[in-house]
Formats: sequence, structure tokens, C-alpha cells
Amino acid sequence: MSMEQVLKGTGSKYKYYNTSKKINIRPLNKVSLIMNATLISLAVLTVYGFMTFDYKNISIVEALAQTFYNLRIMFFEPHLKYFTLGEAFYQLAVTLGLAFLTTIIGAVISVFLGLFSAENLSSRKVSHIIKNFVAVIRAVPTVLWVLIFAVAAGLGSVAAVIGMTFHSVGYLVKAYSESFEEIDHGVIEALKASGANWWQIVFQAVIPSSITYMLSWTFMRFEINFAVAVAMGAVAGAGGLGFELFMASGHYFDLREVGMITYFILITAFVLEAISTKLKLRLKESV
Amino acid sequence: MDKDIKDIFVKRRWNKIFFFSVLAAFTIGSIIVTNFDLTRGFASFFKAVMWSVTNFYPDAEAMKRLPDILIKLRETILLAVASTTLAAVAAFAFALLGSNTTKVNNFFSLVSRGVASVSRNIPDAVWAMILLFSFGQSALTGYFALFFVTFGFLCRTFTETIDEVSGSSVEALQATGADYFHIVSHAVIPSSLPQMLSWILYMIETNIRSATLIGMLTGTGIGFSFGIFYKTMNYSAASLVVIVVVVAILIIESMSNYVRRVIL
Amino acid sequence: MDLLIVKNLAKKYDTGTIALSDINFSVLEGEFISIIGPSGAGKSTLLRCINRMIEVSSGEILVDGINVSKLNKKELRNLRTRIGMIFQHYNLVNRLSVIENVLHGRLGYKSTISGIIGNYTEEEKTWAMNIIHLLGLDEQVYKRCDQLSGGQKQRVGIARALIQNPKILLCDEPIASLDPNAAKIIMDYLRKINKEMGITCLVNLHQVNVALAYSDRVIGIKKGNIVYDGLPANITSEQIHDIYGSEAGDLIFDVGGSHG
Repeated sequence: MSMEQVLKGTGSKYKYYNTSKKINIRPLNKVSLIMNATLISLAVLTVYGFMTFDYKNISIVEALAQTFYNLRIMFFEPHLKYFTLGEAFYQLAVTLGLAFLTTIIGAVISVFLGLFSAENLSSRKVSHIIKNFVAVIRAVPTVLWVLIFAVAAGLGSVAAVIGMTFHSVGYLVKAYSESFEEIDHGVIEALKASGANWWQIVFQAVIPSSITYMLSWTFMRFEINFAVAVAMGAVAGAGGLGFELFMASGHYFDLREVGMITYFILITAFVLEAISTKLKLRLKESV
Repeated sequence: MDKDIKDIFVKRRWNKIFFFSVLAAFTIGSIIVTNFDLTRGFASFFKAVMWSVTNFYPDAEAMKRLPDILIKLRETILLAVASTTLAAVAAFAFALLGSNTTKVNNFFSLVSRGVASVSRNIPDAVWAMILLFSFGQSALTGYFALFFVTFGFLCRTFTETIDEVSGSSVEALQATGADYFHIVSHAVIPSSLPQMLSWILYMIETNIRSATLIGMLTGTGIGFSFGIFYKTMNYSAASLVVIVVVVAILIIESMSNYVRRVIL
Repeated sequence: MDLLIVKNLAKKYDTGTIALSDINFSVLEGEFISIIGPSGAGKSTLLRCINRMIEVSSGEILVDGINVSKLNKKELRNLRTRIGMIFQHYNLVNRLSVIENVLHGRLGYKSTISGIIGNYTEEEKTWAMNIIHLLGLDEQVYKRCDQLSGGQKQRVGIARALIQNPKILLCDEPIASLDPNAAKIIMDYLRKINKEMGITCLVNLHQVNVALAYSDRVIGIKKGNIVYDGLPANITSEQIHDIYGSEAGDLIFDVGGSHG
């Protein structure tokens, strides 16, 4: 039997396929159907979107060219005119402070909520209630939370921190409860059998096992909260670099100052991302 | 032996004390720097809850504005979807260049990773403010702000997906003599598409929230509506906006979760 | 006519590790050669130098008279279509079906456009079905590859290589991840392909008894050098222990009774 015989299907031991009917190599199944449906819907929505945008007579090409020109000025000729370098670092500290506060408050609250929403540590019902509650909290954009609280607390750091904490809690509860649920059921069983109560099991077994996960997720949230704090400074009067940026861009129209502030934000974000990546690697190794 | 055991516990205790003291120091520092009045914080939290229960709900007057709000919502959602999809296409192309499995050469790989890194580490609000200079107050400003951030983020996740999932099948197809484009369309795309689609859906959800914020800066979409109602103290209309946004996001989230369950 | 000639092949990695030094051997058309040696000896590197998945540091590899190192990208791809390769971890596109994975073997023969859209001719599809039948995978034709057992996956890998109509089959530890039953099935298929279709086979193995049972010729590699090149019948226990660097009785195999 030669290769030709195999391919053509000739030769005595051979089953010869009848080519009168076309061979279908990709029969329909649920997965491919849903994927294609999703892709097509996204494409359709995109096209529809472009048809309905209000372009306000802006030539996209011109504006993009202008953008790159602006970026060049921003990054190569930054300066500070309306406040000093020292003040810039202070504002950076403010923004970092806002992010830190919301992260830590969020983390503390989320540890408890997370414990109650982990299916292996509490009842199904409670777990579901908490998870749905948290999903609704996540569905309200942070800026809306902050502004809602600003009605009572005034625009400032208090409203900003409280507002941002909602999403911190929202995401950290999900992350923490997932890592609690990953714990080997046997460990919990063993401690229960020896007579330990729920809180003891939590603090001696559950939390120590998940601590690396929790730290890693918490730092990632801190990274995100930094960006959020910048945005809240711009839009919700929280102060910090975001506010300075808003002034530079919307009131002083000073591209170069915008560039300098952007550098501060960008470099801080790079540093945070680098630390976060390292933490994630350490996490992968320890697993 | 006993001394060793005691030492471990002592050491662990010191570690814990050190860790918590550092945290406490940072917390105190942050409170000072941000002028965060803790007591005022607690007081206003309760005050806010009371206020929202009594005032922050839509009344009949507000309901009349529902059609307008829905139109603005549609604008916001379309903005989020359109910017995410195009950003995903661009991100995929750059991810091919940047991934270790499919890179063409090291220079372009570095360039691709660098561009993506800068793009995603500039927050969306910052992009919006940068783009105000060239695009002014229009939907396009928000569009490109979301585009650049999404591009940077997806580029990194796509690179990770490509490396993780398709490495071995790329090797096999190279050994059969298939060319670069064949390998991309028959090994890279089929293996990575489900994860990429999942990330795209995730970014759409994130971008709808961001679009709300950016709308306040750029005067478009539902963020703009909320801003106006808020500034004119029309809180019942503002609350209607919040409800509409929440419902929309929850619906979209459950659709994406369904899709994810099927395809992953 | 020598199908494959390897002359003074050496490979040194950037890290300084010398993977291969002064490898010389040639292969006639139709031979079934096993390459044995411990992990890290250089077997994988050797195989991958032959189809230039790894660049050589020095030396020459001639396939059918063509010098592999001198080929440009297009010519190299052309050469690779005539060389089939199967892998220890199968290297399939898990989400695609068996028949789609098998047809991937034809991509090297197709133009860019028709390859990208997956426009296979009816003839190619029939060939795929016939090869799938030859390897006993009729029931699995439309199944996703991640639903198959290890042995079935490797058969898909073999089918993908066969549809290329190759002259030579490079097998990198094809049975290392399989249980003994599946391993026997795969080795039997390889022997059948070799004897009945005349396709030359170069198989990396670390199971010495399998190598001795199935091959016409055995090449032993130790630390990047060839230390044995000859008939399975002639290799002695001392030589095997020399290759694997172990004392008599340490290795789990039986030289005496497993020939043929």
C-alpha cells in the first residue's frame, strides 16, 4: 500500500469515500453558534454606533493628526506654570492617599462580607444574597456613587473615599470569596471535627491559606483605585492630581502643564503595575 | 528545640506587628494628606443614606424624561461597544507582534509592548482631558479616550492569551510548512478566540461605566444628562438616570455571563 | 540514495550549553531509526535541527540533497511540507475537530488566501477521511480534540503528518505521555506506515525496549554525541548503561527477549 493508495482510497483493505456529497468539516454546534452570533451582534452594533454618532463637523483625520501633534508637545515640552513641583508631589500624595484609604476600608469590609459570601463557609442563601447585592453595587458607576454622597457630605475627600469604596468592596468581595471557596474542604472539615468554632477556623486556616491571593488582588485594586482617584479629582472635586489636570485642561488650556501632570500619573501607574506584576508572579510560584 | 519553636512564633508575631504598623502609618498619613475627616465621614454616611431613601427616587415629573434618558443611554452603550470592538481589532494585531509565540522580530515586539503599556496606564479620564484639546466637546472625544485605554489593556491580555493557549499548535503548524497567516488563522485564532471574546465583553461592561464618567467631561451621553440634573439639583431625575444605568448594566452582564458559560 | 545526511552537526545555545557536537549519520529511504538517550542528551534538538525549527551552529544537513541551512523562507516551508513531525504533547488545536486538525497538514501546499479561509478541496477532504479511517478514528471525526484520549490525540497528530504525503516522519517522544496500551498502538501504526507505505521514520524514544523491538537501526546519544549507531540486535547491556549512565539492573527493561 503506497501513500497514493491511502490518499485515494484504493487498495483492497480500503474504504473509499463517496465524493458525490460534499464533506462538511465544520458541522454546527452550540458553541460556534453563540460565538458567531456574539461577534456578528458586536459588529452590527459598532456599525450602528458609527452611523448615529454626532460628529459635529469634526474631521477625524485632522483631529487625530492634531492629537499626535499635541501628544508630542505634551511629552517633550512639559512644564508647570500654575503650581510648583513640590505642590505637584503633594497632590500626588493626596491622590495616592485617597486610593489607599478606599482600598484599605474596602479590604476590611470585604474580608467580612467575603467570608459570609463564600459558599463553603456560610449558607447558600446568605451567599447568594450578598453576591447579588454586590453585583448591583458594581453596576452603579463609581462617579455616580461619589456624587450621590456628595449631596450629603459636600464635594471633597469624604464623599470621594466613600463613593470609591463601593466598587472596592464590590470587586474585593468577589475576589476574596472566590479564593475562600478554593480552599481544600478537608482542612475545614478537620478543624470542625476537632471542635474549633467558625471564627477560629477562619483566622487560623482560611485566611492564612488565601493570604497571598488576597494581597495580590488588593494591590491590583489599589492600582485601579489610583486611576479612579485621578478621575474623581477631575469630575467630583476630590482634589489631587486629577483636579489639577482638570484645571490645566479645562480652565488654563495649557497643554504643557497637562503633559507634566500626565507624566506624574503615568510614572506612578507604571511603578504600581510593576509591583503588581511581581506580586502576581510570586503568587503563581507559590501555588 | 523548644527555643526554635518559640522563635518561629515570635518571629511571626513581629512580622504581623510590623505589617500592621506599616499599614496604620500609611492610613494615618493618607487621612492627613487628604483632609479626610473620619467622624464627618461616618456622620455623612448615615446622613446620605437617610437623604437617598427620602429624596433620591424618581417622581412622576422625572418619569417624563425617561425617553430622553433612554436615547442618551443608547448613545453611551453604542459608544462603549464601538470603541471596544475597534480597539480589540487593533489590540489583536499589536498582540501578534508583541507575543513571544507569534512575534515577527524583537524590535516590533518591544515597540508593541511599550505602546500598549503607555496607552493603558493613562487613565480614561486623563485621555479624555488630553483629547479635549483636539476634539473638543463631542462624542468622538469619549470614543477615542475609551479606544486608547481599551487598546492598551486588551493588547496585554491578548498577548498573554496567545502565549498561553496557542504555543504548541503554532509549533506544529510551523513544522508542516504553513506560512505565518495560515498559522494565525488556523492555530492562534481558533484557540484564543473564546478567551479574547470573554475579555472583550468584560471591557464593554467596564467601558459603559467609564463612558458615564467621560460623558460628564465631554458633554455627551448619559453622564452629561446626570451632570445637568445634578447641577440643577433635580435629584429625582438624577435618580432615574442611576436606575436606568444599573438596569442596563445588569442586563448586559447577565448576557455576557451566559455567553461566557457557553463558549469557555 | 541517502534521504538524509547529517555532517558535523553542532548546536550551542546562547546560554553556553552545548546541546550537540559532531553528529554524523545518514539515513536511507525506508529505514525505521530510533534515537535513544537520557533526557537532555540532545535528541529533541537533533530532530528539530533537521527541519530547521532550531538553527544549527555548525555543520550540514542534507535532505534529499538539499542543504537545509541555505534555504530561504519560502523554500524552507516547501521542504517542511515533505517532512512530517509528531510531538510528545500532540500539539493539536484543542478546540477544533479531528478532521480540521488533520487538514491543517495541507496548509503548506495551499496559497495564502485559500489557506486562511480554510478552502480545502473535496479531494483533500476525502484524503483526510481516508487517513482518519486508516488510523481507526472514524467515530471521532467531528469531535473536538480536547475530548479525545492521549492515544487518539496522537493518532490525529500522525494523520496530520500523513496528509502531507511526507518522505520522512520525525517523531519527538511520541509515546512518552501514553499508557502502555496506547503506546503499543501508536508504535504499531508507525511501523505499519514505515513498512507498508515506505515512509522513513526517525523516532526519539527513552524506552529502550520499545526502540529495540520496533526499529531497523538504533542511534544512541549521550551528552550531545553519538555513542552507538547500529542494529538493535548488536547493542549490549554495557553500551546501554553507558548511554544512560547507570549501573546494571537500575533500568527497567529487558534486552534479551524483546527483539522483533
